[in-house]
Amino acid sequence: MSVDPATVKKVARLARIRVDDAELPALADEVNGILHFVEQLQSVDVTGVAPLTSVVHRSLPLRADVITDGGDPEKVLANAPDRLESFFTVPKVVE
Amino acid sequence: MSELIKGATGDWEMVIGLEVHAQVVSNAKLFSGAATAFGAPPNSQVSTVDAGFPGMLPVINGYCVEQAVRTGLGLKAKINLTSVFDRKNYFYADLPNGYQISQYKDPIVGEGRLLLDMPDGSTREIGITRLHLEQDAGKSLHDQHPNLTFVDLNRAGVALMEIVSEPDMRTAEEAALYITKLRTVLRYLGTCDGNMEEGSMRADVNVSVRRPGAPFGTRCEIKNVNSIRFVRAAIEYEARRQIDILEDGGEIRQETRLFDSVKGVTRSMRSKEDAHDYRYFPDPDLLPLVLDPEWVKTIEAGLPELPDEKKARLVAEYGIKPYDAWVLVAEREPADFFEAVARGRDPKLAASWIMGDYFAMLNRLGKSVADSPVSAESLGQLIDLISDNTISGRIAKEVFEAMVETGKAPATIVEEKGLRQVTDTGAIETAIDDVLARNQDKVAEYRSGKDKLFGFFVGQVMKATQGKANPAAVNDILKAKLQG
Repeated sequence: MSVDPATVKKVARLARIRVDDAELPALADEVNGILHFVEQLQSVDVTGVAPLTSVVHRSLPLRADVITDGGDPEKVLANAPDRLESFFTVPKVVE
Repeated sequence: MSELIKGATGDWEMVIGLEVHAQVVSNAKLFSGAATAFGAPPNSQVSTVDAGFPGMLPVINGYCVEQAVRTGLGLKAKINLTSVFDRKNYFYADLPNGYQISQYKDPIVGEGRLLLDMPDGSTREIGITRLHLEQDAGKSLHDQHPNLTFVDLNRAGVALMEIVSEPDMRTAEEAALYITKLRTVLRYLGTCDGNMEEGSMRADVNVSVRRPGAPFGTRCEIKNVNSIRFVRAAIEYEARRQIDILEDGGEIRQETRLFDSVKGVTRSMRSKEDAHDYRYFPDPDLLPLVLDPEWVKTIEAGLPELPDEKKARLVAEYGIKPYDAWVLVAEREPADFFEAVARGRDPKLAASWIMGDYFAMLNRLGKSVADSPVSAESLGQLIDLISDNTISGRIAKEVFEAMVETGKAPATIVEEKGLRQVTDTGAIETAIDDVLARNQDKVAEYRSGKDKLFGFFVGQVMKATQGKANPAAVNDILKAKLQG
């Protein structure tokens, strides 16, 4: 598997990372280097092995349905770059 | 049931699939301990997990998992004992993490089904593809300020069940029935309150059109439709739009659209052009969710009687029509109310009173069964008075209105107002003789073939007896006397 500069550009846009067009070929090379390195894993025969989501062999711990948090708007708003009363505010995004 | 749409170049058929987002009934959110109640002051139900603070880790709410399993069982679906949480990546101001925790390849619930109750009393099965658990996003308010969007994260992280149907529906009406039925099932299960006004249930509607029997056409997805009426309107509009494009020789572009409920149109959502490129991957903060089959069995054993079973039982036990049974079981309270009234009485009479005068009264007063001024017991007593011929059905309506107004027992009202039916045939005969004597001309007309006048005579006799004469007795005696 390898990617071309156009794919790198698309992925960057999806990830909201600004990339100059001039940088794209070099970035594509770097990404391809990583992909090729990881590709070595393809040589392992995984026939009959279930896909692994986590290497930790235990089940997901469950929490009780009890309210233990929230109730402090000041705390969550404390680091907001911009706010008005108890709302976060951002430049208008209208559909 | 397949209704075709006439186009300029021939018939078209709609193909509809629905993705319903149903908010899980729970105290706390899916991955945090913040509250879920509707209508709280902005950002007052937000934990640092919901606000996407660095280093905060999600811990799943076991009750939300139970609710999803319960819903799956209610939809007769396969419960997947192992499921996985993934990150669905996109950027929006009300999604602090830049991703939504959802389930992609391995949802908690697999294939199931939902039965639609058609107006003709038949049922139609719609396939459920899957149900998965995911977080809701926060709420953006765009109309509070000329150049700012306000963000309230109270809803961020609340558990949602996304319930995906197969593209099995063929009319807007079926889509409406699907949502209605799904809402009923969820409310019976107590897993979602089904309150569409508060956003507890929202639908994404997939619509395409095709020539009858042809392969599926390209579909468009209409996002976030929040009422059954709008679902119907959005589908009707969208199908017509697609047909117009195709008949003009154009092509349908697969896209996400918004329904504008004011103008009644759908329009393209440009910002969602990359919407299907979510770059899902398993959330490294969460382990796979593994369920104990015994636990699933315990949940199954605790399921309430569901609408389909209740409907079947009402039909079998009380002999009422399937569609009437569906109307009664659409909510739990009216069904219980019906059973309380119908037990030991004429069930058809009970059904017709409940679905007629009783429901009309609730509608008029804006009340529900729970706070109705007429109890099951007193409506039952009223029906007893009809059945034992103490009053006629017509007088019963008058008694019912008095019951609503005064809260008195029906028997008391009948006595106080002197409404007891006259079944004494002698008294009825006298009244009839009197009416016939006063209307000799009409009697002659009737006898010469104008039998429509029969109603006139009945009316006169009822008037003379203040409506208290037994209608059946009046009919019989009148008929005999007119035939002379």
